[in-house]
Amino acid sequence: MLRICSLVDLPAGEALRVDEVSPPIAVFHTDDGEIFAIDDTCTHQEASLADGWLEGCEVECPLHASRFDLRTGQVDAPPARLGVRTHQVTVTEGEIYVTLSTDPPVLPPGVTA
Amino acid sequence: MREPNSVTIVGASLAGHATAKALRRLGFRGAITMIGDENARPYDRPPLSKEYLAGACTEEELALEVKDEALDAQWLLGVRAVALDVAAMPDVPTHTVRLADGRSVTSDAVVIATGSKARRMPGAVSGVHTVRTLADAAALRSELAPDVRVAVIGAGFIGAEIASTISALGISVTMIEAAATPLAGPLGPEMGSVVAGLHARHGVRLLTGVPVAGLLGDDRVTGVLLDDGRKIPADVVVAGIGAVPAVDWLEGSGVELTPPEIGGGVVCDSVGATSARGIYAVGDCAAWFDDATGRHHRIEHWTDSRDRPAVLVAGMLGQPISAALRAPYFWSDQYGVTIQFAGRRHGDEDLTVEAGSPATDDLLVVYRRAGEPVAVLGMNQPKLFARWRKELSRPRGRRSAELQPLGTSSATP
Repeated sequence: MLRICSLVDLPAGEALRVDEVSPPIAVFHTDDGEIFAIDDTCTHQEASLADGWLEGCEVECPLHASRFDLRTGQVDAPPARLGVRTHQVTVTEGEIYVTLSTDPPVLPPGVTA
Repeated sequence: MREPNSVTIVGASLAGHATAKALRRLGFRGAITMIGDENARPYDRPPLSKEYLAGACTEEELALEVKDEALDAQWLLGVRAVALDVAAMPDVPTHTVRLADGRSVTSDAVVIATGSKARRMPGAVSGVHTVRTLADAAALRSELAPDVRVAVIGAGFIGAEIASTISALGISVTMIEAAATPLAGPLGPEMGSVVAGLHARHGVRLLTGVPVAGLLGDDRVTGVLLDDGRKIPADVVVAGIGAVPAVDWLEGSGVELTPPEIGGGVVCDSVGATSARGIYAVGDCAAWFDDATGRHHRIEHWTDSRDRPAVLVAGMLGQPISAALRAPYFWSDQYGVTIQFAGRRHGDEDLTVEAGSPATDDLLVVYRRAGEPVAVLGMNQPKLFARWRKELSRPRGRRSAELQPLGTSSATP
């Protein structure tokens, strides 16, 4: 398990890019108080999803507005065609931890892990 | 209103496809018929002036449909709709779409999503292109070679992206713009010149304030004749001179259109219903009532064509509308710079540089009217831009004039 940060350091509505792993992941704290972790890189073109628009359980890519479901990693709206990996989140004693997926990452053309 | 049993969607591009997806997502189980005048299944158009033109992506990669989409629609592709017969008796709302090959489709509801078509240069000499469809982009691409000279007429976003793509292939490009400043319409003159400054810095020659008088050459184009008598030699000419809504097939249908001078789109309420019961419109061809401005407004932005269908379908099926419309938004990728703009600009705003500078291609500018932010422009500022865009999409009165903690420094450009 990878320790991300304290829960108090990631307020609701905010996202954090974690680039000490490759490919980087993004951890989101939704307005409803849930924490999700997905791969940070949009599968369409290189962009950080942590920089995107978080609304409900969806994040919209800051570049070309593809939408991903944080719960499943699936694409909800184009132009992306492929989903991102999701990672398991655990919150223990006010600390956020992530267990990285062992699936192969899905990265946009020209980007390697 | 009674839920329809069958829906015909005229137009199989972004807005039409998103309509079909929204219908299934919201549980519609009736018949869906998709009519498209191109042979291709729904595809993404923005890459046509960029990656696809550069040969960096394939036709398959442009597909909008994803695996296991299960739209369960009947597809009539490669055939144009030529007329719409609106049901005579409103209580029996069965409408008929008539097709160019003589076939017709009847249904309880019709969604007009025929989009827009590129304005083309008068005269039909070869070597003159516009880029609207896959076939258009493929035709232009087939003419590109290192020793050709390309002239692009119109320095709007499509023209600018095409110039950027072609010049990156090592091909000489001249852009010709009738207005004194490119992009003055969408961005205003100050920011228009900033964004247009990218051309010069990347070796594209930009001629402004010079209308085009005509094309040179008999069978094949040899250049562009300017109003002031200058001749710009060119082996290939690309016209990026705007688009008009594809609504001529609605003539005689009784479906109301806005006057041509304000866009000529299909008049709709704020959820896409037209003046005729059971007939809806969405995408480039539709002029929805905009609650923010109090008038009908045709929007040609990609994101609106993608997002409005979900609102339309919720209204059609009598379901609550889950997401409010966001501030109008578009982007353009040129010379490795992502340009993003969101909001509604009238032309009387004060502009403030919130971050970056034009010299480093990382500008973020906020447009304020009476102190209230109404629009935002970003160049390679995706994170900050996303925050401002979200802020601008909040209902009026709940916006802050400054964005904390990111909106800190300010200076007048």
